[in-house]
Amino acid sequence: MQLIPTSSKAIFTQPLRNGRSLTPYLLLIPGLAWLGVFFVIPFFSLLVTSLMKPAGSSVLDGYVNALEISNYMLALQTYWPVFAKSLLYAASATLLALVIGYPLAYHIALRGGRWRNLMLVLVIAPFFASYLIRTYAWKTILADESFITSALNFLNLLPQDRILNTPLAVIAGISYNFLPFMILPLYASIERIDPRLLEASKDLYADSNETFRKVTLPLSMPGVVSGTLLTFIPAMGDFINASLLGSAKDKMIGNVIQSQFVIVRDYPRASALSFILMTLILLIVFFYIRRAGTEDLV
Amino acid sequence: MQNLSSWLGKRATGIYAVIALFYMMLPIIVVIMLSFNKPAGKQNTQWNEFSLDAWKNICRDQTICGAVTTSIQIAALTTIVSTILGTMIAFALVRHRFRGRTSTNLLIFLPMATPEVVMGTSLLALFLNISVIPLGFWTLLIAHIMFTISFVVVAVKARLASLDPRLEQAAMDLYADSKTTFRYITFPLALPGIAAAALLSFSLSFDDFIITNFNSGTTVTFPMYVWGAAQRGIPPQVNVIATIFFMSALLLVVVAQLVSAKRVKR
Repeated sequence: MQLIPTSSKAIFTQPLRNGRSLTPYLLLIPGLAWLGVFFVIPFFSLLVTSLMKPAGSSVLDGYVNALEISNYMLALQTYWPVFAKSLLYAASATLLALVIGYPLAYHIALRGGRWRNLMLVLVIAPFFASYLIRTYAWKTILADESFITSALNFLNLLPQDRILNTPLAVIAGISYNFLPFMILPLYASIERIDPRLLEASKDLYADSNETFRKVTLPLSMPGVVSGTLLTFIPAMGDFINASLLGSAKDKMIGNVIQSQFVIVRDYPRASALSFILMTLILLIVFFYIRRAGTEDLV
Repeated sequence: MQNLSSWLGKRATGIYAVIALFYMMLPIIVVIMLSFNKPAGKQNTQWNEFSLDAWKNICRDQTICGAVTTSIQIAALTTIVSTILGTMIAFALVRHRFRGRTSTNLLIFLPMATPEVVMGTSLLALFLNISVIPLGFWTLLIAHIMFTISFVVVAVKARLASLDPRLEQAAMDLYADSKTTFRYITFPLALPGIAAAALLSFSLSFDDFIITNFNSGTTVTFPMYVWGAAQRGIPPQVNVIATIFFMSALLLVVVAQLVSAKRVKR
């Protein structure tokens, strides 16, 4: 079993089998069909549902197919502040994860030595502790009487005198939960840097700060781009952290979609919100990748 | 001076790494600790008194163990199906040349780049519109297989791409046909990647909450149970189960690491 690639300096000159064989298609069809039916087609269902209108006067009457574009207008009108807040929380959490994760990835990749594998196992270990339960554990860590809260309060660093049930707790929770998604791509891209480049930089009298700024950091940019995306995307749709660690005022768009779908059962509105969320994320990702100039993410 | 500062620099990242890793492990330590707690009230968030009660009576509340059983069943079936489907795709991508490779890569990448709320709601919209399959065990199985396939493909692909192609060429040179080469060389070499992918999809499925929340109907998985209990207070038994799952997964990973390290040495 190998969770961590022993070397990312992979050999890409694989013997690709040529010819018009049917084999690749036979290998692909079952899996791709599954994704087609249960990943691609559902988007059309979502679109169709988002344009439905109520069949009767009550939610229980169900919905009928229609072309109610106004569902989108209403959803945006009512919930744009929640979208803005989710964007802010997700972006802050991503930035925080980058700041926390980069030095760790750097250390593991370049100075890990014989501890490297152990540290990598510890980085992925949180994946094996249930998401809900480890988020719930933050309730204990950030509770009003806890050591961390008291210490920060003693230093007068908390504007609301507490962490739990504030946006800070939500952002901290999100950044914690998606940290491995940030660290692993960062690690992979830093580890891939040719050590001779770092030596060359030193030979040319650059000090370690300059080497970092002009060689290591630019060369690790692909990792920064994919790490931030892998953190930001799930963060944008998350509702677990906001539910467990935030107050009613800190609800994110995921919470709204969840309650509209599962509790209120206003399917068209919930679908419209979900569709807007997806479009928003696609737009952000598109412009981000264009600015960052990395296209080899796929 | 230069030496001193670079020595300090080296230590600095090391010290930072220890602190950061401690931070990553902190909630897990709390989870494990609270499994030995005898909570004062309903909420098991504060340390009160050491007790082995929860460990001795894991199934005191029948719904917990029922939920765990459901989760294990779904995760096991998910693992089998998605590991097979994903491994097939990975082999096709690494070992074959075919039309539509870019779109295949994109289709594999997208589920990992779509927020779970969007996938969960889309799938629910599908199930509501076609209403052939009632929400429950089977819709969850469908959903879990859907979102784990991509992770399997990525894990197996990484392993296949790092294999030395000369090993297969050598087998061919020694007059092994392509079937024999696959059976004795390629497949055994790919196996660590496939096993890692299986472990990954098992834990992803076992732990999934967001997609499950939308498509579960009245079926209660372990995370669904925890979510429902979170409002009135999570019993320490939940921490026990999380601890057992965490320890077994970690043990598997560590053993695998040791085995592969030994192989490299030999």
